[in-house]
Amino acid sequence: MTMTMPRKTPAITNQSCLSLEKVTISYGSFEAVRDVYLEIPRGKVTAFIGPSGCGKSTVLRGLNRMNDLIEGCTLKGRVIFDGQDIYAPEVDPVEVRRRIGMVFQQPNPFPKSIYENIAFGARINGFSGDMDELVESSLRKAFIWDETKDKLKESGNSLSGGQQQRLCIARAIAIEPEVILMDEPCSALDPISTLKIEELMHELKKTFSIVIVTHNMQQAVRVSDQTAFFNAEAVEGGTGKVGYLVEFDETERIFNSPLQQATQDYVTGRFG
Amino acid sequence: MTTLTPAIKHSSLRLNPSLRRNRLDRLFTTIAGGFSLIAVLPLFLVLIYVILQGGRLISINLFTQLPPAPGLDGGGIGNALIGTFVVTLVASMIAIPVGVGGGIFLAEYSKSGPFAQFIRLGNDILAGVPSIICGVFVYGAIVATRLFFGQSYTAAAGGMALAILMLPTVIKTTDEGLRLVPKALSMGAIGVGASKFVTITRITLPSAFTPIATGVVLGIARAAGETAPLIFTALFSPFWPEGVFNPIATMSVLIYNFAIMPFDAQNELAWAASFVLVILILGANLLARWLRRFASM
Repeated sequence: MTMTMPRKTPAITNQSCLSLEKVTISYGSFEAVRDVYLEIPRGKVTAFIGPSGCGKSTVLRGLNRMNDLIEGCTLKGRVIFDGQDIYAPEVDPVEVRRRIGMVFQQPNPFPKSIYENIAFGARINGFSGDMDELVESSLRKAFIWDETKDKLKESGNSLSGGQQQRLCIARAIAIEPEVILMDEPCSALDPISTLKIEELMHELKKTFSIVIVTHNMQQAVRVSDQTAFFNAEAVEGGTGKVGYLVEFDETERIFNSPLQQATQDYVTGRFG
Repeated sequence: MTTLTPAIKHSSLRLNPSLRRNRLDRLFTTIAGGFSLIAVLPLFLVLIYVILQGGRLISINLFTQLPPAPGLDGGGIGNALIGTFVVTLVASMIAIPVGVGGGIFLAEYSKSGPFAQFIRLGNDILAGVPSIICGVFVYGAIVATRLFFGQSYTAAAGGMALAILMLPTVIKTTDEGLRLVPKALSMGAIGVGASKFVTITRITLPSAFTPIATGVVLGIARAAGETAPLIFTALFSPFWPEGVFNPIATMSVLIYNFAIMPFDAQNELAWAASFVLVILILGANLLARWLRRFASM
């Protein structure tokens, strides 16, 4: 490897990659999540856990401006990535999403061939190298090359659910983002496919920073280095519950010796 | 009194046809079936009548010759056949880009605000406007004002009147077709850094191609059979078409003109044209169905 640039020293990997400063996200006049401060580390897997409706997916989508597509969704506060507030008016959300990729809850391959699924993102990002090579390396990195190498021309929809999700991960890493956001990537998959994707995440964090939302606490323990626990509480005069960040620490500490009682209750299943 | 008397008495499980509920069931099934038969009866009667009256007149000459002068025999509807295609083509060239573009705006760009609601409502109302009103409008706006190079009745004016009729169908099917495309697909494209334009042109539109194509075909089928908007826009011509800026013969207007003439040759041509028109429209509808089937696979 000739990648010996001086600033890629291990000390830098402790630096945060995304930081949220007093982030409040609302749908219309309803606040989904309030006053989140968070430092997401580079080169690690960060898990968001918490009960339904606590705003963890909302925060995740806020990290690459996916919420822009939801009508009436607004974000207050700052999300700093690469020294830049990605919600500043001069920022192009398309550029943000090229550097912060996303994998969704339901596998959503394009109704095109497996090859085109990978090539699509690269092509629209102005990739000029050897496309065959990129497709192969992306599929290899997503551990799905062996299953697909003989049917690259077949539709992405012909794969099983777990394979489709790995194809979607391959699609995301083909554009070489710095961060990959995963919104409950295994909730629609069987345990074996889930295991494969978890192994994959361990591999991917060597190259990418990963943020994953999961309902499965064992999964958070297995894959993540850092865990953020979100909760929701009813507020006075409000119509529903408002999510907030309870605690953010190393995964091991969140599950074994959390500082907050709410975290303790949640991770031990004594919730609500 | 140790045993409870059941509130509902259970009888044999065997089907008893003479029960009131079973008799009523049969009665209503028969009535509903009868009405549905009556509903499709006109379709078959019209088809059979037109096939019997017009089908026997089909010959090569019918498609290659001009209608005869009054009093003479033979002839064909060649000019009207070409005319129908020309006028429908003009209509499609206006209605497809405008309609698909409008549908894309409604489904993808508008934020369901008052403007989009207004367009949707307006479009639904336009779909219900009687076709003759479209004809009168184009007559007043284009024909009477001699807008096209001082010409009054033109094929282009007829095409425009038909385009107004096609628009609501094309807009609505495009709008609905695009909304049926799973949000997850466009999210996926945007998630890999596609712009909105690329997402729509490369992912959403191809996925909605079939419903849009179906709508376009149905719109064309409707427009091709219209008479009222053509009578005073495209008018009629006993000659071969002379470009889009002259009056042109169409099959529907030919039927209207010839069916009531006191000459046998013309009446027969009207039946033959009816037959050809019905077959074309039937074909277009079958094509639309086939496209839909193709989509659901």
